[in-house]
Amino acid sequence: MTTQAEHRMPATTAAAPAEAGLLPSAEPVRFLDDDGGPAPDDAHGRFERPPTELLRRAYDAMVLGRRFDAQATALTKQGRLAVYPSSRGQEAGEIGAVLALRETDWLFPTYRDTMSLIGRGIDPVEALTLLRGSWHCGYDPVATRTAPQCTPLATHAPHAVGLAYAARRRGEDTVALVLIGDGGTSEGDFHEALNFAAVFHAPVVFLVQNNGYAISVPLSRQTAAPSLAHKGVGYGVRSERVDGNDPLAVLAVLTDAVESARAGGGPVLVEAHTYRVEPHTNADDDGRYRDHDEVEAWKRRDPITRLEAHLRSRGELTDDDVSAAREAAETFAADVRARLSDEPAGDPADLFAHVYAEPTPQLREQATWLAEELAR
Amino acid sequence: MTVTMGKALNAALRDAMREDDSVLMFGEDVGALGGVFRVTDGLTAEFGDDRCFDTPLAEAGIVGLAVGMAMNGFRPVVEMQFDAFAYPAFEQIASHVAKMRNRTRGAIGLPMVIRVPYAGGIGGVEHHSDSSEAYYAHTPGLKVVTPATVADAYSLLREAIADPDPVVFMEAKKLYWAKDEVTLPVTTEPFGTAVVRREGSDATLVAYGPAVPVALEAAEAAAADGRSLEVVDLRTLVPFDDATVAASVRRTGRCVVVAEATGFAGVSAEIAARVQERCFHSLWAPVLRVTGWDVPFPPPVLEKYQLPGVDRILDTVDRLQWDDVPDPRFLAGSR
Repeated sequence: MTTQAEHRMPATTAAAPAEAGLLPSAEPVRFLDDDGGPAPDDAHGRFERPPTELLRRAYDAMVLGRRFDAQATALTKQGRLAVYPSSRGQEAGEIGAVLALRETDWLFPTYRDTMSLIGRGIDPVEALTLLRGSWHCGYDPVATRTAPQCTPLATHAPHAVGLAYAARRRGEDTVALVLIGDGGTSEGDFHEALNFAAVFHAPVVFLVQNNGYAISVPLSRQTAAPSLAHKGVGYGVRSERVDGNDPLAVLAVLTDAVESARAGGGPVLVEAHTYRVEPHTNADDDGRYRDHDEVEAWKRRDPITRLEAHLRSRGELTDDDVSAAREAAETFAADVRARLSDEPAGDPADLFAHVYAEPTPQLREQATWLAEELAR
Repeated sequence: MTVTMGKALNAALRDAMREDDSVLMFGEDVGALGGVFRVTDGLTAEFGDDRCFDTPLAEAGIVGLAVGMAMNGFRPVVEMQFDAFAYPAFEQIASHVAKMRNRTRGAIGLPMVIRVPYAGGIGGVEHHSDSSEAYYAHTPGLKVVTPATVADAYSLLREAIADPDPVVFMEAKKLYWAKDEVTLPVTTEPFGTAVVRREGSDATLVAYGPAVPVALEAAEAAAADGRSLEVVDLRTLVPFDDATVAASVRRTGRCVVVAEATGFAGVSAEIAARVQERCFHSLWAPVLRVTGWDVPFPPPVLEKYQLPGVDRILDTVDRLQWDDVPDPRFLAGSR
């Protein structure tokens, strides 16, 4: 009989870690109770409270992110956006993900993560290009270190693994963080990505924002696992569970995960327990599949309210600070409104410009035919 | 020297990897084993497990990993073990590989090659003989290449690896052992160039990949009967060389498309449509096709009935209205 140790072990793989080190905590890591008061000391295990300076930045960005999100939803009602999947209520994850990264790290977002793009400093009009329908990806992914927002669920996860593995091969300390939802964990690409990340020891953090619903389908129909974080163990990926509406916990766990991956610790899977307060998109009718009471209960665990209460209780956030954050958010929203007040123009020549580095003879021909049609 | 197509592909990979450190080869069994068709033979030994390596057995993961690595400075070449085993990767190929440059307005190009051993003729059991080229050729953003000669195998693979865009490189399995006198390295005509493999004046056979040697054999047999057939080898399905195909058909006035894949909605249908659009006024007969029947690829015992052969090609050429008699098969009321 051949043992594990007798198999040749390629240089790109690490020895299999012990199962105990991979399992998530029994309960999600938290620093705050539902009202922003302190949670019991044992609720955050080995994790340290993030520095106040980071929490203050997170607060400002979350306030701005929520205002942006509300503005985008309003713009769908005015017909200025084709569709908008809101991440209201998920501000801790959306902002925590980008604050845990360095500028040189890569983010792999989904269509629900426009707030993360704003958190990364991407111009809001460029960030909304996809949902406005004027092009697919409106920002420069290379310059912003942010992959195009991915719509086919979890298919961007293997890209994050490849990019991170490539960085490691090139001797760079880049980490890739990929955003996924609870529904995405049912897709094969999620599992293949976890497996590849573990086998190639790639510096990737998988952040699963478990917001309870995949459009209308509840978590209970996605999985029978004890938690989504448990899915990492079978692949040899260290896994963590965190209260996704506790910004302290999200920042603590994600920062730890990112720096562990950067230091060569391999991939980490983080499940953030949160809730999608809004319908799937503006086109959804969530009254058909969930109770209003459930939504209200989650609203009482609001991540911004909790962080605000925590910082105020320590004297780290004043009324003036709160006003300043809100004012900045209003200014930002007004700018988004003003800049999206026009109908977007599309250049038909763009249809053919980037299919290949050099258009094929057939595409050149078709571009001519379209130009002639438009000139008539 | 005498070289097989398999060895030429191997040499192309080796030479590309020697010249450019960013070229990687990975997939299933491509390392120590050298691939089930031995196309990657010796690459891990020469370049190490960092440059030519085995992956977990998951095709979407393999292609997805290649996308990420191509986004970050590498030029990956991945091997799908067999045509039908590439289907799990189809979403990655259609939604990401093909579209990345377009959706990012050119900010991210994906210089990667997906090698797909394809088609029948080797007695493969179920799921080992599909001709899947139409799926890729129908997907804008991909280049689709399929060599029919040993020299082309080398040259087109080198060009595919150097290309800034993703290339699906379709290798006809039955041609892996085809031999030719070739001195490597060799450079043949570039992508988008079809080549007249045999000149003729009476009709044009348009073929690609595994159908090319069959078409040449048919042309040889027809010559014995006093009929002169021209054979055009497409070499690259995307980009397509309309000019060479149309020039040949305008010269001969008759055209038969020969392809091993099933005909319905296939690449052969596209070729026939393009010829008809461009050559209608030069044609003495409708463009006909010899393809696989529209059935799932049969088991080995029945394979010979599925593959286009010399007799079927010659029978089809006979129906090209030589005496102005319409093809009885497609007359009104014939079915």
